[in-house]
Amino acid sequence: MTVRQSLLAATAITVAFMTAIVAVRAQTTSQEVVLTNVSYDPTRELYRALNEAFAKEWQASTGQKVTIRTSHGGSGKQARSVIDGLEADVVTLALAGDIDAIARESKRLPQNWQSRLPNNASPYTSTIVFVVRKGNPKGIKDWPDLAKSGVAVVTPNPKTSGGARWNYLAAWAYELDRTKGDQAAARKFVEAIYKNVPVLDSGARGSTTTFAQRAVGDVFISWENEAFLIQQEFGADKFDIVVPPFSILAEPPVSLVDHVVDKRGSRKVAEAYLAFLYSPAAQKIIARNFYRPSKPEAADPADLTRFPKIQLVTIDQVFGGWAKAQTEHFADGGVFDQIYKPTGKAATR
Amino acid sequence: MRNGVLSESPAVRRTLIALAVGFLTLFLVLPLLAVFSEALRRGLDLFIAAFAEPDTQAAIGLTLLVAAIAVPLNLLFGISAAWAVAKFEFPGKSLLVTLIDLPFSVSPVVSGLVFVLLFGAKGLLGPLIDDWDFKIIFAVPGIVLATIFVTFPFIAREVIPLMQEQGTAEEEAALTLGASGLRTFLTVTLPNVRWALLYGVLLCNARAMGEFGAVSVVSGHIRGLTNTMPLHVEILYNEYNFVAAFAVASLLAGLALVTLVAKSFLEGRYGDQLARAHRH
Repeated sequence: MTVRQSLLAATAITVAFMTAIVAVRAQTTSQEVVLTNVSYDPTRELYRALNEAFAKEWQASTGQKVTIRTSHGGSGKQARSVIDGLEADVVTLALAGDIDAIARESKRLPQNWQSRLPNNASPYTSTIVFVVRKGNPKGIKDWPDLAKSGVAVVTPNPKTSGGARWNYLAAWAYELDRTKGDQAAARKFVEAIYKNVPVLDSGARGSTTTFAQRAVGDVFISWENEAFLIQQEFGADKFDIVVPPFSILAEPPVSLVDHVVDKRGSRKVAEAYLAFLYSPAAQKIIARNFYRPSKPEAADPADLTRFPKIQLVTIDQVFGGWAKAQTEHFADGGVFDQIYKPTGKAATR
Repeated sequence: MRNGVLSESPAVRRTLIALAVGFLTLFLVLPLLAVFSEALRRGLDLFIAAFAEPDTQAAIGLTLLVAAIAVPLNLLFGISAAWAVAKFEFPGKSLLVTLIDLPFSVSPVVSGLVFVLLFGAKGLLGPLIDDWDFKIIFAVPGIVLATIFVTFPFIAREVIPLMQEQGTAEEEAALTLGASGLRTFLTVTLPNVRWALLYGVLLCNARAMGEFGAVSVVSGHIRGLTNTMPLHVEILYNEYNFVAAFAVASLLAGLALVTLVAKSFLEGRYGDQLARAHRH
């Protein structure tokens, strides 16, 4: 009796799984080719536009239909998923350190991935700016204003979010520049800013919702592109963008995941997809979606006027590259762990 | 003897009732209404348009597929477990009963991580699976596994107490009269527990379709491929697409309401049997 039942159960499981596999396979074995792009949080709108343009171009030139699937989340979290086996043909993350981690931990792409594409493999750049409530009631102008007492600052968790790490490093670089290289002063300065942070979300998009939808905090340290998007989605009459005179050049890089494209046989289309990101057509879309294009001449001049010229430093200049910045500041027990203590006082307005 | 509660003054009684009703309104009815009102805030057209999105349809389809696999499997597992526990004596029986309850007491995040640790690329069985070109984690099988795990106790928990109370006398009679084991099961055991079974299936299905935590860990969040309805709600919400987010959420809320109605129907009609199952 029980034997028969367990046999029955085993058969049912097998059948069920076969069905599931067939269902999944059916979506991939037709004429069309499917690419998976694992990206970070604020790029949802950007890649929706880019994917559509690429699909059109690819079909026109090869006759093949291409569908690009996307997954978005905090950059560090997404890298972790790829390491754990999420089958990404390409990764387009917030910072080189996260793709380095994939190369190091999973060996699914070579260590020299960043030299395979122009501009450190970053088809677009961005920077870190401030979003404040309409009229800027707290008078936020520059980085030191974030460290003042009585100012509630919203930023995501640097452990899981790429944008948050850029935010942190921008603040550090500012104070380092002001004091002509005093590391202790920079550390104190960043510590003071994080004292003003009531809540750390895991990704940039979560922080946006916290600041804009739930109305927590006075200033939101944000990707420049996300700042424009907030104005677009929630209305320019609710928020102002404050661009500090000094910030960091954020280079969100892209890469092929060699192991996956070779296994799936999708190398050709994946390579074309990444090359497309540097094409004039894509650069135009990039500028339209508030990212700074690597080829400004291809963009609509009206879109370019939205990017103020400010002093931008790179991570290589100030921190000696991502690998070094990551271990020093964001690894377990690193500087961030030493200075950040949750305050628990949520400054809801 | 006078009942202590009934002898309370009317004022106290009314306060208690008002408190209970107020609490339910505040924490259950209002949020539910909010979901529907948000979904319909910009009109019925946009509400319907939300379901025309291919990614939304894929999410609904995946949720149905996952429930269609997880619920029947748990029905089988549940009956087998209940049968073993209720009708036989064997060493380790109480351990088995405890293990059945495990998914109830474990956080869904852990339930998901377990599968990442097992089947992830760096997990115990990960390298093997990679060679076979078969995906478990960040694909449909992983989502199904995680769902089966978190919904496992629902059916077994309903059926075990009832089977235990009914004992083995009727089965023994059937076997003595010459019925085969399978026939005894189909004509004696199964009909005896059918309402408890249905009740369990209902709860199991509601959870299978609504599970967020464990599924979120193993999903990979690829739109149109590995997003279930609850995950899709979060994505839409994070994309400032509030109408669509609440439209999909209202489907889930609708599922909850249907479950609730079916549940009270079962309780009203077959309350005595279910009560027996719950007394333990």
